[in-house]
Amino acid sequence: MTRFTAWNVFWQGMTGQKGWSRQWRDPAPKAHYDVVIVGGGLHGLATAYYLAKTHGVKNIAVLEKGWIGGGNAGRNTTIVRSNYAQPGNREFYEHSLKLWENLSHELNYNVMFSQRSHVALLHSPGAIDAASRNYNTMRLTGTPDAEIWDLPTLKRAVPHLNYAANARFPIIGAAVQKRAGTARHDAAVWGYARAADARGVDILQNCKVEGISRDGGRITALDTSRGRITAGKVAFAVAGSTSLLWQMAGLGGLPIESHKLQAFVSEPLKPLLDQVVVFGMGGAHFYISQSDKGGMVFGGDLDWYKSYAQRGNLPIVQDVAEAAMSVLPCLGRVKLLRHWSGLVDMSMDGSHFICKTPLDNLYLNAGWNYGGFKASPASGWWFADLIASDRPAPMIAPFDLKRFERGLQIDERGAGPDCKLHG
Amino acid sequence: MLRIACPFCGTRDHSEFSYGGDGSVNYPALDAALEAWHDAVFLRDNICGRQVETWQHVHGCRMWLLVERDTMTHEIFSVRPAHAGLATVLEATE
Ligand SMILES: Cc1cc2nc3c(=O)[nH]c(=O)nc-3n(C[C@H](O)[C@H](O)[C@H](O)COP(=O)(O)OP(=O)(O)OC[C@H]3O[C@@H](n4cnc5c(N)ncnc54)[C@H](O)[C@@H]3O)c2cc1C
Ligand SMILES: [Zn+2]
Repeated sequence: MTRFTAWNVFWQGMTGQKGWSRQWRDPAPKAHYDVVIVGGGLHGLATAYYLAKTHGVKNIAVLEKGWIGGGNAGRNTTIVRSNYAQPGNREFYEHSLKLWENLSHELNYNVMFSQRSHVALLHSPGAIDAASRNYNTMRLTGTPDAEIWDLPTLKRAVPHLNYAANARFPIIGAAVQKRAGTARHDAAVWGYARAADARGVDILQNCKVEGISRDGGRITALDTSRGRITAGKVAFAVAGSTSLLWQMAGLGGLPIESHKLQAFVSEPLKPLLDQVVVFGMGGAHFYISQSDKGGMVFGGDLDWYKSYAQRGNLPIVQDVAEAAMSVLPCLGRVKLLRHWSGLVDMSMDGSHFICKTPLDNLYLNAGWNYGGFKASPASGWWFADLIASDRPAPMIAPFDLKRFERGLQIDERGAGPDCKLHG
Repeated sequence: MLRIACPFCGTRDHSEFSYGGDGSVNYPALDAALEAWHDAVFLRDNICGRQVETWQHVHGCRMWLLVERDTMTHEIFSVRPAHAGLATVLEATE
């Protein structure tokens, strides 16, 4: 693998770009690995990378049923932020944001992390009070870049919003995190894959786990579409397919439901929006940013009912279009270019799981929904730590499967055990 | 768009309904052990395929229904009132 350096890029430019090598190998599966990670999304790949780099584990495979990044890793709206208020979440997401800040260097791959600010619109004095409380909490717990903007500041920064005084929800200010922003999701996938591969991780694509063999409280082998693989330790990081693998391992129910989330991208426009803008009011939910290619990238709520189909429904399309028009009426004649949906794991409190399981050598990374892209560096970091050391670090101790039994949910939204209400 | 054949109102777009959740959950007795309540409230089989689920016809008759749907293909196999015998009771009092 050729490293990216200014000299290499220049030299390849002069010599017809013919000297680059493959970004990662395409090895044949071995019969045995010390650690097998199921799921070649961002969480699986990041875990493999930190296991190899930080913990020196040598014999690792990542099994992906399709192609890496074909799941939610390549389907999300790429928002990265750490403005959470619940203990547990706020430290975790702040750690992730710090990892994003150095990720291009770390991986020797440009993930195009752009800290362009996350601007959450506020529409009532009560909302300003609530946002101030969150933001004071952030400032007191190590996230220094929280701000509340008044209307004149907001108008100067984001001039194209609908500021009409007779709007259904007039805008009166915004809660802003300035170090938040977006990153190129595919680049993050390829960067982690390339860096993991360079440290000897086997990335096995078109390798679907179809059966799981157990010997009492341990997993002994995985039956895959590319043959039987025995494993010392097994780690699940399969996003919306968690329940399917959990049941394959004979483990029963989980505090998880599979739902789908849609995203949209418009035709490319000249620079229009410099920030990530979020609108959430009266049941509406909408977030938008502009990609480096100029497309407006946006999304909204879940489809409101459980689904395994990676295919979105039309009422959400209408819902999102209405929200777009109410916030940015200038988009009215812009054409939609593409629209897709991804299968996310909605947990009963909207938060994730990075934890041990009832089986000795099985580890779980699951429950990611709206926040799983921004979380991926920290998720990989701490999941690798858990797999290598076999004990949960304080950072992830709250995120286990037993938190509902303890009565200690991490419910940012306060929506209770109803997956479709979290977001 | 899913279309749900409400036994009281006829076939309507699903946007008239509100999704309840997994209809196979059996809630335990009020004084049952905490574990039984934990399992009913928090744990799901999260079936990929045919599942029985609850929907409420909020913009129609407001009845709760049990809908048998494939969670992958969205095919609907059956719709019936959530409370057994309700339809007969309603007819009897008419
Ligand atoms: C439309 C949309 C918008 C989003 N927007 C944001 C956002 O703005 N910000 C944010 O932080 N998060 C966002 N998310 C959430 C985020 O994308 C996900 O939570 C995160 O990507 C999930 O982790 P992952 O990348 O590992 O998942 P995935 O990329 O889905 O990886 C899981 C992989 O497991 C594989 N797999 C499944 N079953 C098997 C099997 N049996 N054998 C082998 N492999 C298997 C799948 O093929 C898949 O590639 C969004 C999600 C969606 C769908
Ligand atoms: Zn009805």
